[in-house]
Amino acid sequence: MITLIQALLNGLSLGSIYALIALGYTMVYGIAKMLNFAHGDVIMVGAYAVITSVVQAKMPGVLGVVVSIAICALLGVTIEFLAYRPLRKAASLTVLITAIGVSYLLQNVAQLIYGTEQKAFPELFDSIPTLTLGEVSIEGSLLLTLGLTAVIMAALTLFINYTRVGKAMRAVSEDKEAAELMGISVNRTITVTFAIGSVLAAVASVFYGASYTYIRPTTGAMPGIKAFTAAVFGGIGSIPGAMLGGILLGVIEQMSKTYISTKWSDAIVFGVLVLVLVIKPTGLLGKKISEKV
Amino acid sequence: MKTNLKQKLLNKTALTMSGIALLYLVLCLMVYSGMASRQLLLVILPISCHIVLAVSLNLVVGFLGELSLGHAGFMSVGLFTGCLVSIATVDVLPMAVRIPLSMIIGGVAAAAVGLVVGLPALRLKGDYLAIVTLGCGEIIKNVINNLHIKKGPLAGVLDGALGLNTKTIYSNIKQLLPFLIVLVLLVVWVVLNIQKSRHGRAIMAIRDNRIAAEATGINVTYYKLMVFILAAFFAGMAGVLYGHGFSIIKSAEFGYNFSIELLIIVVFGGMGKVHGSVIAAILLYTLPEIVLREFSDYRMLAYSIVLIVIMLLSENRRFKEWKDSVSLKKLFKKMFKSKTAVAVTETDAKEGGADES
Repeated sequence: MITLIQALLNGLSLGSIYALIALGYTMVYGIAKMLNFAHGDVIMVGAYAVITSVVQAKMPGVLGVVVSIAICALLGVTIEFLAYRPLRKAASLTVLITAIGVSYLLQNVAQLIYGTEQKAFPELFDSIPTLTLGEVSIEGSLLLTLGLTAVIMAALTLFINYTRVGKAMRAVSEDKEAAELMGISVNRTITVTFAIGSVLAAVASVFYGASYTYIRPTTGAMPGIKAFTAAVFGGIGSIPGAMLGGILLGVIEQMSKTYISTKWSDAIVFGVLVLVLVIKPTGLLGKKISEKV
Repeated sequence: MKTNLKQKLLNKTALTMSGIALLYLVLCLMVYSGMASRQLLLVILPISCHIVLAVSLNLVVGFLGELSLGHAGFMSVGLFTGCLVSIATVDVLPMAVRIPLSMIIGGVAAAAVGLVVGLPALRLKGDYLAIVTLGCGEIIKNVINNLHIKKGPLAGVLDGALGLNTKTIYSNIKQLLPFLIVLVLLVVWVVLNIQKSRHGRAIMAIRDNRIAAEATGINVTYYKLMVFILAAFFAGMAGVLYGHGFSIIKSAEFGYNFSIELLIIVVFGGMGKVHGSVIAAILLYTLPEIVLREFSDYRMLAYSIVLIVIMLLSENRRFKEWKDSVSLKKLFKKMFKSKTAVAVTETDAKEGGADES
């Protein structure tokens, strides 16, 4: 029972990280209709930004996180402006290859700056006490991950549903031309989307770094792919879908690690994904697209 | 007009085939006379396998229009099955029988997996299909990574993450080259002929408009599965030869990164362009390995920048205009304007190959 609760909590924490990253994928997909393969590497950049500002520049932890968030937001917007904006009307595969190119670029720049060997992530959440409930002990960082993710998700949902910018984002994702005719600047909306997605990735990078403790230039690839999977799992383009998909994926992964085998966890995660998509081809919360003839 | 069109297609196929044959003839001369450098000997096998993989992936991505991110998975199924067969029969069969036999068995195994992956693919579209193929590729990688052979005559040959020990069947490039040539020519010939055939037109009709294709009586299920199975079969065969050229093979090499590398080749060469895939496979393999070698540490960085810049240029209007103004094709057309139509189509076809190189 205790193992179950512990595994469930760890799964929820891992799932929150996936969900935060998946939100970036799904928002960009919903609005710009592109798979941003470089999104995973933004996490890696965010983690390195924390390392540089906290370990090397001796900043306090909170400031380091803020710096990391700012750098990621700037990076996301810059990538969109330089690499994706000129390709707005291009074939989707061209954009996909460009995104892969950006991903390689970020990994290689990080490798040149920080080298190939792993770097230790600073222990930011050590001061938060461990909560003990009976025989279950919950680490402070885990608690913070869960709490903050819940707050961020609630805030994002409110933002998308009730603010002007959020409404503009929904309008652009529904119909770009019509939105433009209503006076919405499509380019600016896409820029905002990339900025939000990258900020969420930066937050995810802090939690990821805190639980995995080591960062290397290829760190972003696996959580990136898993989060992409989570976004598709929940129905790509759907924000609640990304949250649900991310958390479910995290729980499934942690459960199979605890109860079946660490070695088989990837196969189980992807197996569940394939099964779900075969039964429900547009993901858990994805809209069914009716085809026009 | 009809014969003219036929002639053009015939020329294109013949040109692609003879171009590849010529290339390999030169390679043969160099390899067997001992003129080839060590570096060249090392790249022949991977480049040839990349050609086969890219051409077969083009069948799925370019002709059928479905995004597949799991091609490396099919290759590794073929590789591990075929190489195990080869290892098991190494003392019994001569190489000339053993390698083709293991290639066919590896290809069939990969095709069977292609069928399994292709079945759910029938229900899915676009990015959902891409993620399912990616997932299947990762599952294959993970499963092979956990396989151990502990008993029987092959004990210890395959040991999970440590990989497959292929020392007993290791063959050098001089032994493998004939098989490679046959495989590359066979795959290119088959794919080019499918393109021209009734089946190819049906497949491309599905790509262009599935509903319209269905309405004209094309069996979409049948053709989608056929493409998946055929592409997996070729990928598996390439994998078997790939496995023979190294002394140890780990399944971790064939994850989604490898699949993406193949996709880049297909997109670079041009969707649905067989000769494009061949040229892009050669160029993109040699680019980071040989041309960018001088940049040493900056090699992959330079590669990623080249990748982005080419993609951006391909969509840039001004660059397109400039490219058209210096196009050799137009120059040729001007020069041969007075000649007969046949001459024009011939230069056209020749130019088609030369343009991308």
